[in-house]
Amino acid sequence: MSEIVVNPVTAVFLMALVTFLPRVLPIAFFRREISSPYVKAFFNYVPFAVLGAMTFPDVFTSTGNIISAAVGCGVAVLLSFRGKSLLFVTSVSIAAVYLIGLILS
Amino acid sequence: MAETRVKTTAQNSDFLYGLKQGVPIMLGYIPVGFTFGLLVAAGGLSPWLALLTSLTNYTSTGQFAGMRLLLAGAGYLEIMLTTLVINLRYLLMSLSLTQKVDPNLTFGKRIICGFGITDETFTVAAVAPDRLQFPYLIGLMLGPFIAWSTGTALGGAASAALPQQLSSAMGIALYALFIALIIPPARKSKEVLSVILISVSLNIILQYIPIFSFISAGFRIIIATIAAAGIGAWLWPDKQQQQLE
Repeated sequence: MSEIVVNPVTAVFLMALVTFLPRVLPIAFFRREISSPYVKAFFNYVPFAVLGAMTFPDVFTSTGNIISAAVGCGVAVLLSFRGKSLLFVTSVSIAAVYLIGLILS
Repeated sequence: MAETRVKTTAQNSDFLYGLKQGVPIMLGYIPVGFTFGLLVAAGGLSPWLALLTSLTNYTSTGQFAGMRLLLAGAGYLEIMLTTLVINLRYLLMSLSLTQKVDPNLTFGKRIICGFGITDETFTVAAVAPDRLQFPYLIGLMLGPFIAWSTGTALGGAASAALPQQLSSAMGIALYALFIALIIPPARKSKEVLSVILISVSLNIILQYIPIFSFISAGFRIIIATIAAAGIGAWLWPDKQQQQLE
């Protein structure tokens, strides 16, 4: 691992700033009602599109081993397809990845 | 009919109802926050820094990416730009919530609610049936914030004691959470499923086709999101409201 070249506390506050602004500016200053059904539909599809793009394909490199990651991902898909809770899906996926890691090592 | 409407309005203004809706998110955040604490401590930084990050940033993907860059020796500009680009999606979410919140919400309360937006709280708030009142939003956002911070502190503290195999297994936590959020609505709605598939396909194309290699991860996600949600809105503008579990 390379040397850290920045002051970590300063970096954390700068990160906080660029996280705060995009979240807060629209809701703080924009008050108009959007009436277009297309724009409304667009905003309603956004969360699903974002989460999908953030998950795939990055999930397959999330554990340092593509096989265990694929199993964990499969478990998460299966369990959430069956309507299990967020905690259940997350915990069982971690456990599955852990077990596969133990078997492979 | 009238009774149902009154009930919905009451629920949307209710702190306890918000808190209850936040519980599944809370529980999902603990392992993911824990993983973040581990990442920071494993990089040789103080668990307090991990906690400070979770308290001030309060965002999964952005703080994971920023911290990984920091640990890898990146400079301020690169850390800030990457975090900003990953967080630009919040512009869309925040703008979307302007259409749902009580129009009389004060400036200060709007700032607090803006800070509480995450992929998960937004997804729940966005599909709530009525205008969003401040007590409901605070209820919804408070639990996940506490869970995120507590999980981080625990992860930072436990880092030394945790076997390597288990801490790398926890890398799946964030993604399992995302999957658990999108699969149930995708199962119920072909349109939502299509939007997800379009977004994922675009993201993969942008990542693996060499001519697009100049596009950073954060921009890839934004391009895929805008294109997929745009195609969805164009093809199926009337099938938008999808309930989450």
